[in-house]
This record gives sequence, C-alpha cells and structure tokens, in this order.
Amino acid sequence: MSFAPKHAALAWATLAAVGTASAQTAPLKVGLMLPFTGTYAALGDNIEKGFKLLVQEQGGKLGGREIQYFRVDDESDPSKATDNVGKLIKRDQVDVIIGTVHSGVALAMARAAKESNTLLIVPNAGADAITGAQCAPNIFRSSFSNWQPGYAAGVVAAQKGYKKAMTITWNYAAGSETVKGFIEGFEKGGGKSIKDLSLPFPNVEFQALLTEIAAQKPDVVFAFFAGGGAVKFVKDYDAAGLKKSVPLVASGFLTDGTLEAQGASAEGILSTLHYADNIDTPRNNAFRKRFALAYKANADVYAVQGYDAAQMLGAGLAAVKGDVKQREALQTAMAKARIDSPRGAFSLSPQHNPVQDIFLREAKGKNNEFRSVAVKALADPGRGCKLP
Amino acid sequence: MDLPTFAVQCLNAVQYGLLLFLVASGLTLIFGIMGVINLAHGSFYMLGAYLAFTLAPAFGQNFILMLVVGTLLAALFGYLLEWAFFSYLYQRDHLQQVLMTWALILVFEELRSMLVGNDVHGVQAPDWLSGSIQLGSLMSYPVYRLFASAACIVIGLALWAVVNRTRLGMMIRAGASNRDMVRGLGIHITALYRIVFAGGVALAALAGMIAAPMSSVYPGMGGHVLIICFVVVVIGGIGSISGALIAALLVGFVDTFGKVFFAELSGIGVYLLMAVVLVWRPQGLKGAA
Repeated sequence: MSFAPKHAALAWATLAAVGTASAQTAPLKVGLMLPFTGTYAALGDNIEKGFKLLVQEQGGKLGGREIQYFRVDDESDPSKATDNVGKLIKRDQVDVIIGTVHSGVALAMARAAKESNTLLIVPNAGADAITGAQCAPNIFRSSFSNWQPGYAAGVVAAQKGYKKAMTITWNYAAGSETVKGFIEGFEKGGGKSIKDLSLPFPNVEFQALLTEIAAQKPDVVFAFFAGGGAVKFVKDYDAAGLKKSVPLVASGFLTDGTLEAQGASAEGILSTLHYADNIDTPRNNAFRKRFALAYKANADVYAVQGYDAAQMLGAGLAAVKGDVKQREALQTAMAKARIDSPRGAFSLSPQHNPVQDIFLREAKGKNNEFRSVAVKALADPGRGCKLP
Repeated sequence: MDLPTFAVQCLNAVQYGLLLFLVASGLTLIFGIMGVINLAHGSFYMLGAYLAFTLAPAFGQNFILMLVVGTLLAALFGYLLEWAFFSYLYQRDHLQQVLMTWALILVFEELRSMLVGNDVHGVQAPDWLSGSIQLGSLMSYPVYRLFASAACIVIGLALWAVVNRTRLGMMIRAGASNRDMVRGLGIHITALYRIVFAGGVALAALAGMIAAPMSSVYPGMGGHVLIICFVVVVIGGIGSISGALIAALLVGFVDTFGKVFFAELSGIGVYLLMAVVLVWRPQGLKGAA
C-alpha cells in the first residue's frame, strides 16, 4: 500500500473545506415561534415584520447567509410550548429560534433551548427568569425584563413626591414581577405600597377593586394590564371618577397598542417603557419610515424588538462570517455587541438582557409621547443567574 | 369597610350578577331544553359585542334601537345556525356535541380575525348615558352601569313573563321536564327548538352588546364568560331560569367580595361556591332531582 499519509491528510482537509463552504452557502435556518393566532396575534405579526425588515435592509442576508424561515404558531399556549419548540429543534433542526410573546411559553422554550443548546433570542416575553434563574450562554433577549419598566415607574412615582401607593394587576408572572419592580423602585425613593390588589388572569371585573381604591385613598395607583384588559381597566378607572383624584402610573403596556380603544380615558396617563412613539432621533425616524413604507402600517415597540433580535443575530453572525458552528465565538460576539436600536443604542447585561434607558411617556391622542428618560441605562439585576 | 363603600360594593355585585344572568339564561335554556352542551355560547356574547362595535357609529344616540336591531340580527343568525348545524346534534352523544361546538368557536374566532382584525376596540356609550353620579369624596358611579342593570332587570322580567305566562313558555317548560312527552303530545318540537336556540343566541348577544361600552371588544372575550356561565348554570340547576338568576347573583357577590377580602384567593371563591352547592344539592339550586 503506497497510500501516503500526506495525501490522505490533504484529502481530508479538502473535504473539510468543501464541507464548511457548503454549510455556509446553505441558507441559515431561522425558526420563528410566535403567536400568529389568538389574543397576541398582532404582536407576533409585528415582531416578524420587524425581524424581516432588518434582513431586507441587509440585502436578504445575515452575516452573508441567505435565510430560510420555519414558522410555528405557538398560540400563546404554554401547554403546547414544549411540543411546538420541539418541532423546530428536532424536526426542522433550525440554527436559531426567535420567540416569543407569552412569558409562560417563552420559559418552556428557554428550558428546551438550554437542554438542546439551541440558540434562542426572546423578542418580547419579559419573565425575569429568562435572564435570571433560567439564564444560559445561548439564551438572549432583545426586549426587556418585567422588572425594568416596573422599577422605573416606582422611581418616577417617588420623584413626584407620592408617599402612599396601591398596585393592581393580574395575578400571574408578568403582573407580579412588574409590581415587584415598582415596589422596589418606589420604596427606594421613600414611598410605601399600602395595598397590593390582584385578580386572576384574564378576569376583567375591576369594579370591586376600584371601589376599594376609592376607600383607601392612596396618593398614586400603579397598574399593569395589557390588551383587552388594559382597555377596560383604563375606561373603568375613568368612569369611576378616580382619574381626577388619584393619578395612575403604569407599565407602558397599559397604553401600548390600545390608545385608540381607550379614547379620552387614557389621555394624560404616565407610563414607563423602553420605547415611545415619537423618539425624535434620526435612527428611529428612519426605522419608522422604512417600516411604514414596507408594510403600510406604523411600527411599534414589538416591531422594534423583532428588528433588534435580527440585529443581535446579525452581529453574532458577522463575527464568525456566517459559520454558526463556531457557537461560542458567535455567542460571545452577540453578548458584547452594541445594538444600534431605534429605541437608542443598548448593550447586554452579563445575563443577556438589554441595559437600556427606560422612558417616561404620556398618552396624548393616539401616541405615547416621550416626556423624559425615567432611568438611564437600567440593568435588570438578573437575580438567580449563575452566568459569569 | 364603611357603610357607603359596602353599599357601592353591593351595587357592583348585583350589576355583575345581572349581566351574568343574561348570558347564562340563554345557555341554561339551550342546555336544559335541547340537551346540547353549547361551548360556542361565549362566541355569541362576543358576536354581540362586535355587533355593538359595528352598529354603534350608524345608530349614534339611538342606543335602544341599536340593541333591538342587534338582537334581531343575532336571533336570525341563531335560527340559521340551528338549521345548519345544531339540528343534527340532538340525537348524538355529548362528545360529538362538544367537538362540534368547540369547532364553531374556532371558526367564529377566525372569522372575527378576518372581518374585524385582532385589535382591541372600545365602544362609546351614548351621550345621554355617559354621565356619572358622585358617591363619596373620591368615587363616582357611571350612569351607564345603572342603565345596564336596569336593562338586565327588564329583560329578565320579560323572559320570566314569556316562560311563565305564554303558550310558548308552557311548551318550553314542558320540553325541559319531559322531551318525549312533549313530542308525544304532537307539539312541533323542531320549531320549538329552533325558536329556543335563536332566543338563547339573542340573549347572549344582547348581553354582549350591553356589556360592550362598559368593557372593551377584544379577541377571545367569549372564553372567560363561557366558563363562568357554565358555573352559573350548574349552580342554578340545568334548565332553570330562576335558578340561573339566583346563581348569577350569588356568583356576583362571591366574586366581588372575594376580590376585596381575599385578593390572593379570589380566583377560587366562585368554584368553592359551586363545590359547596353541588355537595349540598347535586342537581343545583333549582334543578329537578
């Protein structure tokens, strides 16, 4: 046998090179696990549009790779979450998963992503645990933690000189985590929450609790609701005559995407979030213009979160020239990236949650108008996370 | 809790209870008389709310006229629906009924999504009902809520009169207690069922229309109402209108005061009530044993 070892090595090297080359020219498999039906359908839709807008800006590619999408409707149903994410991981063998809106579903996704070491970018769900107790090197978030807007609202309420607060929310993860953030920020500023009201999700019979607020007479009320519940709460609060006597401070979701339905009842409500409708920066204006041009609709916070998820992925892919097999280098690059977001540039905390300015907004007409920066560069404490 | 606050809370409880009664009365009629488990009942409530959203701009201040027109449209819709789908269900077992009505929920949700979209909407109460009455120093009570309670009472009385004072009502009561005997007596049971079903749909839609200005109009709004209405129907006794009224008011009080006094446990109060009632009277408060 005169098969020289030198030649064998060369052959292997050639094979390997061909292998990587074909891996890089094959499209990148992106799994979009979002709510395409149900209560959160509009949110999932805008996240997808935001994501695809960035890809389109980059000439249909990220890190030099074409993109192939795999869509799964998660229906915002936590009981189906493990099955649904399994379809993307096992059946479609995607390179990265983008999802989702509902925190319960996102937590199940984070667990599956952690077990299978699949790259995951969460474009909305605010559950603290995703970048807290459940954190992992391959799990990222382009949106916010529930704690962030809550804490900022507490800081604002204390600065305004309120001493006695009451909180009201749905008794589920997003609600109680946001309220906890508020109480932390409010007590740091010298205030105190005298009573925390809650009702089961998605119950919308607020009248009994509004009567209780009127009986207790606090200086300020902090509320967290979203969607249909948010519309009803704001209208009931106004109809009960409380809006004139007890100011309402809220997490931004109380008045996001709901102002048209809330009408005059929402006028003047102060809320905190990582985005506002009229941030007057060239970056945001250009983004909103392009979004409106592409989809004939106005961009919102969800579109921004989808857009930034694509930016984060793009930053990671650029560092490894599109080779997703170099996962550690890709993840390190994503973790260190500075994202030039329409909301304002942000970097990630060690737990992979955006360190971002939280804005104070005021509801005016159909917009949540920027008033001031409530807290600058607010980082989620990332409690329970064991990442270095 | 001082006396004025207590009084307002009682008002809240009665108002919530009456609205529940309106939705549940239709469900108990359909369930009790036709023996159909209608999971799609919540969708009819949603249909009413979306009807109010669609019709309100056209009718402006003629709110009552809008309610009448909307109710008639809903009744017509119910009549057609019974003819097309539900009339095939009476001889089938409960599993097939559940499957079919569950499928209808999905169809209605998808239609809603295609026709009106997934956004949350509000419905403006007419000007003559949009004021409020000052109660105490901080609180005021919206006139519209009083109107809603009054409307529910009027509709409830009308329903009572129809069931207890008319020939149609007699047939309905007879049908609820012994279906086969009614058929044996030569009463046209198909027509009776169709009318009862149309009436049930109209009641749920009317409740949805009345609730729309107080609430908001949003995807999936029928789901929660459906569950609580089944609780009301089971507590009250299947097929009993007066039972549904008592049960709805009980649920209203338990829910309202549960939220105030036991905030953490408020979700289970209503179900605890149901469990207690069922242990005491398995057939429900007014159900036939």
